[in-house]
Amino acid sequence: MSTSSVSKGCFVFKPSTKKRKIAGTEDHFTRGCEEKDGSALRYKLCKQLWDQIITDTESLQDHLNKNILDSLLDFTRKCSFTHDNSDWTAQMRASEIPTAALMLGVNVPDHDMTFQSLSELLRRSVTPYVASLQAKECGSLKLLLKRVLERAMGDVVAVDDEDEEEDTPQINKSVQCSLSMLCEWYKSKKSKDASTEINNSHPPVVVIFKDLEAFNPKVLQDFIQICSRYIYQLPLVFVFGIATSPSTIQNMLPHSVSSLLCIELFHSLSCTQQLSTVIDKFILTHKFPFKLSGKVMQVLISIFLYHDFSVRNFIKGVQVALLEHFYAQPLSVLCCEKKVALDILAHLPPKDLQRIRQLPSFKSHIEKLNKQDQVELMTNDASLKEESKKLIQSLHKYHKNYFPVLKCLHALTSTLPRYPLGKQIRELYLICLENSVWENEDYLTAMKLLKMLSKDELAAGMQRCVDILEPEKSKTMRNVLGQLKELVSKIKGLDLCTEMSPPAQDAEPILTSPLKNLQKKKTDLFQLQKTLLEMNESRRAKKLSPFELLRNETVDFFDSLVKTHLSPPESQPLNEVLYYCSSATVRRHLNAAPRTSIQAALSNPYFYLQNENLRTEDGTVSNSAPDICITYKLHLECGRLINLFDWLEAYCTVVPEAEDFGKVDEVRHARFIQAVSELEFLGFIKSTKQKTDHVARLTWGGC
Amino acid sequence: MTETLRHPGYDEEKLQRIAELLPCREVQAGLLLSLMGQPEHLCYPSVFIYGHRASGKSHVLNILMEQLELPHVMVSCVECLSVALLFEQVLQSFFGADAASLLPRGPSLSDFVRIYRQQCSESPTYQTRYIIMEKAEMLRDTEANLLPALLRLQELVEDNVTVIFLSEIVWDKFRPNTGCFEPLLLHFPDYSKGELQQILSKDKHPSYSAEFYSSYVNILLGVFYSVCRDLKELRHLAALNFSKFCEPLEEGKVKESDTHKLWRHIEPHLKKAMQTVYLREVSSHQWEQMQEMDNKDVGAVRGLSAHTHVELPYYSKFLLIAAYLASYNPARTDKRFFLKHHGKIKKPNILKKNEKTSNHLLGPKPFPLDRMLAIFYSVVDSRVAPTASIFSQISSLVTLQLLNQVSHDDQLDAPKYKCAVSMDFICAISRTVNFDIVKYLYDFL
Repeated sequence: MSTSSVSKGCFVFKPSTKKRKIAGTEDHFTRGCEEKDGSALRYKLCKQLWDQIITDTESLQDHLNKNILDSLLDFTRKCSFTHDNSDWTAQMRASEIPTAALMLGVNVPDHDMTFQSLSELLRRSVTPYVASLQAKECGSLKLLLKRVLERAMGDVVAVDDEDEEEDTPQINKSVQCSLSMLCEWYKSKKSKDASTEINNSHPPVVVIFKDLEAFNPKVLQDFIQICSRYIYQLPLVFVFGIATSPSTIQNMLPHSVSSLLCIELFHSLSCTQQLSTVIDKFILTHKFPFKLSGKVMQVLISIFLYHDFSVRNFIKGVQVALLEHFYAQPLSVLCCEKKVALDILAHLPPKDLQRIRQLPSFKSHIEKLNKQDQVELMTNDASLKEESKKLIQSLHKYHKNYFPVLKCLHALTSTLPRYPLGKQIRELYLICLENSVWENEDYLTAMKLLKMLSKDELAAGMQRCVDILEPEKSKTMRNVLGQLKELVSKIKGLDLCTEMSPPAQDAEPILTSPLKNLQKKKTDLFQLQKTLLEMNESRRAKKLSPFELLRNETVDFFDSLVKTHLSPPESQPLNEVLYYCSSATVRRHLNAAPRTSIQAALSNPYFYLQNENLRTEDGTVSNSAPDICITYKLHLECGRLINLFDWLEAYCTVVPEAEDFGKVDEVRHARFIQAVSELEFLGFIKSTKQKTDHVARLTWGGC
Repeated sequence: MTETLRHPGYDEEKLQRIAELLPCREVQAGLLLSLMGQPEHLCYPSVFIYGHRASGKSHVLNILMEQLELPHVMVSCVECLSVALLFEQVLQSFFGADAASLLPRGPSLSDFVRIYRQQCSESPTYQTRYIIMEKAEMLRDTEANLLPALLRLQELVEDNVTVIFLSEIVWDKFRPNTGCFEPLLLHFPDYSKGELQQILSKDKHPSYSAEFYSSYVNILLGVFYSVCRDLKELRHLAALNFSKFCEPLEEGKVKESDTHKLWRHIEPHLKKAMQTVYLREVSSHQWEQMQEMDNKDVGAVRGLSAHTHVELPYYSKFLLIAAYLASYNPARTDKRFFLKHHGKIKKPNILKKNEKTSNHLLGPKPFPLDRMLAIFYSVVDSRVAPTASIFSQISSLVTLQLLNQVSHDDQLDAPKYKCAVSMDFICAISRTVNFDIVKYLYDFL
């Protein structure tokens, strides 16, 4: 596209209507993969898991929000009925607009889903007239009313708008948006509906304010005042989505307005609870083959806790990790259900088999074998396949046992004082992923604390474990369950025993006698210390009661369980197939640092351009670097105000143009001005009125 | 009844009915009537009526117009987002929908006047037409020529029309600085306690005697009169609490005449209502439910302001703390609080005039983004990279109204913020992250 015109001016090039062939995501995936082979299969598997995540989270969200949505629906239903009672109180009391204040917490990105399902449910079961509003589209009262009308009436009206096409015929002109219009429309609709169905003749008009805090208070007040004038004819219901606390309503609305509302509070589930359900669903289960390594988990959880509290973003993070895993790891073809994985393994091309041999976990596995087997595995493809098959099977079995045991350990330790292994299961999981949990100090203290539990507490904890293990089907877990049940019944049996024969009292006299001796004698400090030590000794040596014996047995049982089943995943051969471990990539994708990267680009252009000419030592910039880098470097040396001419002169001394360094010529001048305006665009400097030929630095360090 | 309304040109019976419908407003109604004159008389072009909320302005006019069947239109100015809506409503009720449809898109005042005159000549009436503008204070925000034009509409359209403005604020706040036609001013004073009692007693419950209800109203006023004189609100409160008042009567414990016992029973209840339902801490609906549940678990329903706790992400908490410190500490003290080797800065003995007062009394001061971030990095206990999500948290704090952006929207131009949370709030927040904020506040040194 070009113009043959010689004159100066602006030319508009409309994009050509010819559609370019858009490459599908699959092509992108295949093209981008470092290793082409098997990428189609990997894409298929990735897509499967991806879709599974999406559908599962949706159902999970619906399930989580069920309570609050149900109560909201009840609320709106109730409101639609209370309008037509005609007793004395109803006549006397001011008719307020029923309002549900929905407390959603600060995880704003998650609210969309809640509101979407809310309005869907409302449409389905209560009323067809639902208008949900966002603050950013309702800057003025006019716009707000327009949105309400559009959405409640379902785009029946072509609403009058000055900006839109003027050439509409004059007949349907000037449809002014007002609530009286909505009212008229509602009445006509009602009379129409009344002839067909009678059951619910007063469906309310629900207006949802998704983010109440962001609305302009003035607009909101006016809108509420208008609405209250029509409440007799038009059954309105408001839903306020509140992210902070309900007192915002009082902050935004004066008493004269808030007295027009009848506000009821609804609390939604806290975001941490939602996160634990999501983690339970996707991470702490063997059914979802893709796994995150400890570091990646750590990144995702810390983004959640430190930055946004958003469950949706957490799931997005899992999806990013999933995509990256399938994209970068050729062996991820095996990351799927066991049966499929074994099937794929049987047809694995030799190149991939070679990759298996290179896996660090596989190498360390081989080292444990004897020489002959090693050679066999390194050279013979068939035997490698056989071995890998076994390994994959054991990996899946490992996960089947891992999570129940993890949950049991959590059930036992989550009630201990000061939570040595964390309150939430995700904390415990992170510890276990990191390294062998039984070497952890906190674990040892937890075990010590467990050995001090009272009988009731212990029994309760064990009962929880039984409940956890009950649904497990694998053989090992059934076995464990049997043993556990035996222990539980033993503890219960203990009750009966003690009832029949009261505990032997013989321990007590031994304990008290030295004390008595002590009282008789004249006490000095040394003596006291000695006796106390003796007492301690005797207590330690004292015969354990049957319960204590049993308790020790139980704790040891759990300890052995942990040692056999909770070994860190890195120790498992072939773990790289299922575990994604590049935490840096995830962090880069999810928690970008634009400032750092701009600074890196400007102060060290080699980092991005990879041009050998630009390579320099510590902190200096080569004079062949892009102009903007040079001006940036020079501006760092200036104070808050920068003299443009000095800057230009400094620039000219650095930049080589022809032979003469240091002279200001037109080309250099132009290049310099361009670089400066680029810096201004990036927000490093701005023009200032304090001095005419100066610019002001905006970044810190300007002092 | 003290006096009856009397005015030539109107039906005696109708006037009688009006007087009954307007208790305690006979004087104002009579004054208005004499202003309006007989239906065919030319009336003063504009009347401005002011008085507090629920002092009967709209009610009086409504009753007068309805009962005397005068041609009129009631327009609420809150509702008229654009002048077009206002014109449309006036034309429609005077001349029918056809006239309203003659208005062009985005009509100007002269369009309105033109169509009005045209229609008026086609269908003349000899009675005065009334345009009543409710909530007239909104007119101050509309185009500058609208209010002066409405004030002398009679002259402009050459018709027997009167515009009546109803407002809660005085005329002085309306007067445009270019000068305009002065309307007749009429004040509606607040109802006195006796008048309120008289009016409220009128709507008695059908199944109880008038005296009984009147004694109830008396008790109610005794509690609420000091805080609320709004008739509508009082009527609402009376309706909400009446069932509780009748409770001992229905149980047969007390007779209707035993006012003292009834008072003993209802007074604490009303006091509670004043703290909760009157402030809309608890919705009227919940209040009614609570009454049904009896006293067993009244405390179960907590008011709106009981939930002040806000759960924030970890860094958002620190950002908010940093913002609070930046807002309430003078910038020159930052060195003392956040540098390791700061050397003691004593409070100088002679403070500048404005520094004598506590910063907390003066309210938050604006601060630049850089200062807040610098404080943030020194306050937060771990090393934090300046990532995009840190910056996005700042803007989400702004949308949550915990921070306010004070300078213009241009992000490049070093945006300035103010912290908009209270001391209690920030103390609660910093307690959750084990940060002793009081140590870092200049006011509390």
